[in-house]
Amino acid sequence: MIPELGHYALVLALALGMIQSVAPVIGARYRDAAMMRLASSTALMQFVFVALSFMALTVCYVTSDFSVVNVFENSHSTMPLVYKFTSVWGNHEGSMLLWVLILALFGALVAAFGGNLPATLKAHVLAVQSWIACAFYLFVLLTSNPFARLPQAPFEGRDLNPILQDFGLAVHPPLLYLGYVGFSIAFSFAIAALIEGRIDAAWARWVRPWTLAAWMCLTLGIAMGSYWAYYELGWGGFWFWDPVENASLMPWLAGTALLHSAVVMEKRNALKIWTLLLAILAFSLSLIGTFLVRSGVLTSVHTFASDPTRGVFILMILVLFIGGGLMLFAWRAPLLKQGGLFAPISREGALVFNNLFLTTACLTVFVGTLYPLALEAVTDEKISVGAPFFNLTFAPLFIPLLFAMPFGPLLAWKRGDLLGAAQRLMAAFAVGIVTVAATFIAKGGVGILPAFGIGLAFFVMVGALVDLAERTGAFRMPFAIVRGRAAGLPRSAWGTAIAHFGMAVTLLGIVCVTSWASERIVALKPSQHVSLAGYDLTFDGLVQRAGPNFRETVAKFTVRRGGVTVGEMEPSKRTFATRTMTTTEAALLTRGFSQLYLSLGDANQDGSIAVRLYHKPQVLLTWLGAVVMTFGGLLSLSDRRLRIGAPKPAAKTALQAAE
Amino acid sequence: MRGLALIVLVATLLTPAAAIAVQPDEILKDAALEARARNLSRELRCMVCQNQSIDDSDAPLARDLRLLVRQRLESGDSDRQVLDFLVARYGEFVLLRPPLEWHTLLLWGLPPATLLIGIGAVLLLARRRTQPALASLSADEQRRLSALVGPDAPER
Repeated sequence: MIPELGHYALVLALALGMIQSVAPVIGARYRDAAMMRLASSTALMQFVFVALSFMALTVCYVTSDFSVVNVFENSHSTMPLVYKFTSVWGNHEGSMLLWVLILALFGALVAAFGGNLPATLKAHVLAVQSWIACAFYLFVLLTSNPFARLPQAPFEGRDLNPILQDFGLAVHPPLLYLGYVGFSIAFSFAIAALIEGRIDAAWARWVRPWTLAAWMCLTLGIAMGSYWAYYELGWGGFWFWDPVENASLMPWLAGTALLHSAVVMEKRNALKIWTLLLAILAFSLSLIGTFLVRSGVLTSVHTFASDPTRGVFILMILVLFIGGGLMLFAWRAPLLKQGGLFAPISREGALVFNNLFLTTACLTVFVGTLYPLALEAVTDEKISVGAPFFNLTFAPLFIPLLFAMPFGPLLAWKRGDLLGAAQRLMAAFAVGIVTVAATFIAKGGVGILPAFGIGLAFFVMVGALVDLAERTGAFRMPFAIVRGRAAGLPRSAWGTAIAHFGMAVTLLGIVCVTSWASERIVALKPSQHVSLAGYDLTFDGLVQRAGPNFRETVAKFTVRRGGVTVGEMEPSKRTFATRTMTTTEAALLTRGFSQLYLSLGDANQDGSIAVRLYHKPQVLLTWLGAVVMTFGGLLSLSDRRLRIGAPKPAAKTALQAAE
Repeated sequence: MRGLALIVLVATLLTPAAAIAVQPDEILKDAALEARARNLSRELRCMVCQNQSIDDSDAPLARDLRLLVRQRLESGDSDRQVLDFLVARYGEFVLLRPPLEWHTLLLWGLPPATLLIGIGAVLLLARRRTQPALASLSADEQRRLSALVGPDAPER
């Protein structure tokens, strides 16, 4: 009964979505307030019904109702409870249900918190949001029904893929989807603005918090996925330039560009058309990402062609929304009035620079990901585009971007003083150069490139601090004034500086771990040693253990440094009976920001076991930087100016103008 | 969707998943040669895997290729010769960084071309849009301004 209720709730959500697709548009056309208000009610009820549907599937999983195909294929009665919850979205059908749940959630949030939006804009936004929702409800109902039943309920399920039985699955997909789908709001706002043929600085102010929230979730989601792959896949890499990863990186790059161009639009009423285009592109790239991951086209163009139902459906959604959005843009954008002149050297100019490099980086990833598919489809020729290509093309785009990053916030709007900004960055330059030299010498004079990477990271970090010091008057004024200024500084200014600092922290981690990671691959017998980077590991022996739904062989290691025991590591191999699959659980030992990483290979005839030991210097900074960036975003989001629905006292406006 | 789908794909292709790609017995005695072998391995694709280099993959084919690379290096091949040998045997598909040729022109050319066009467009727009602001008043406008400001204002 429960699966049928869930299925029916989704059908009802579709019905509401169809009403919401049409009624508000008619209402806006004929200035009918009741018709327009209808959209808010339907958006809230859509969310309620999709949430019911999602809960129904969750109940099926938690109660191990194996009469449902989806549960039978992806669950097992002995699985720990937390994985019964997470396996709801650990498969195609369930993850699409999560996707529509988040889509409906965002629609409901606009309905609930969009009280200060003009009535027609809100009506149009909710209508567009509902067009997207309907397309995906139909996709789920017609091609990926998670509630399909088996005629005879089996006694036991086939278990969730063991690699997914991990806490990462609880966090990573929901965060990533919040990011992906969050950009749908920016898309809906852009389409609504194009339909109305009117766009102003206030539009940017309404769009920015949504974009910022989506961007934060995407940032954390990508970082979380990267860390998950790092510890779970067992070969210690954190970014593989896999098409599936690229699918999440592209919306992130476009979204980051959008965040920055929306600032220009909000403050200076410039770059309107470009901002609209980016809003359309960011969500389009999310859709393309979904298509790439969900259609099977990545495995090969030919497998896609052999079972095309789902792929073709998503492709149609893709063509409809991206094509439709871009056509509307081409038709209506020239009608929008441009405003806000600025000199090339100015805050606006710096943000244009940012956008130029971010979009080119995005295009590079796009071309690199899709070119092999396109070439194979057109000429039947197969080529591979992998990590070496992306490393070579991506770095030259990101280095100038990072170098320019500290300059942007120091330049004035309209017309900036580059020399003045450079002078104020003297401290950052000095620290950067000293770091390059110190790193180069400390590493024995080999590898000047990593030294420059470290120097660049420090330059950006100190640059972010200089920005704060300049704004608060630190080092120049008495402490009381500085404290007062720091308290009065808009939260978004803190957010900018902290997010930029976080980017540099990530860079630091990436440079350290790619330049100075070391590894040993050896076969060990009990009581034998292996040494790496000053650590000495003794293999104490193998132990067998039983988990809730697996058996594991644990290798016990004692880690010593200079004769002193600093910890124990227990990498293991788990065997899951249901799927007869073995997974490798790497052991991690964290020392400061660095980690020792130990994973097991095969056991040999002579009683030895192959182990792979890595020392990953400062590797945690890579993900910590993303957390810092997200925190910066959060501060910015809490800025009074952006808080949704916050009225703006006149006194405050006058103060801000005086700044 | 990175981790999730990536992991699913890897899992389905490589069952049963064992962690270690490079095995202890593969490693060459000569450290310099081994370092070259590892660098080459990162450039080569494991052809039965999803976008994995033979350095990362634990598929049997990847192991064969790693051993082959080491064999060629030990027999005195240069890095270039090893790559050429593998391309001759398996096609260009084996290279993770495709060479610049006619059919990869767009792949390599599009990003820099976009950047250049973008810079050009921005400069052009900036020039076109700042010009009206710099243009001085016409004679007629100057007269009206003088009339408004008053007779004391110096005529230029």
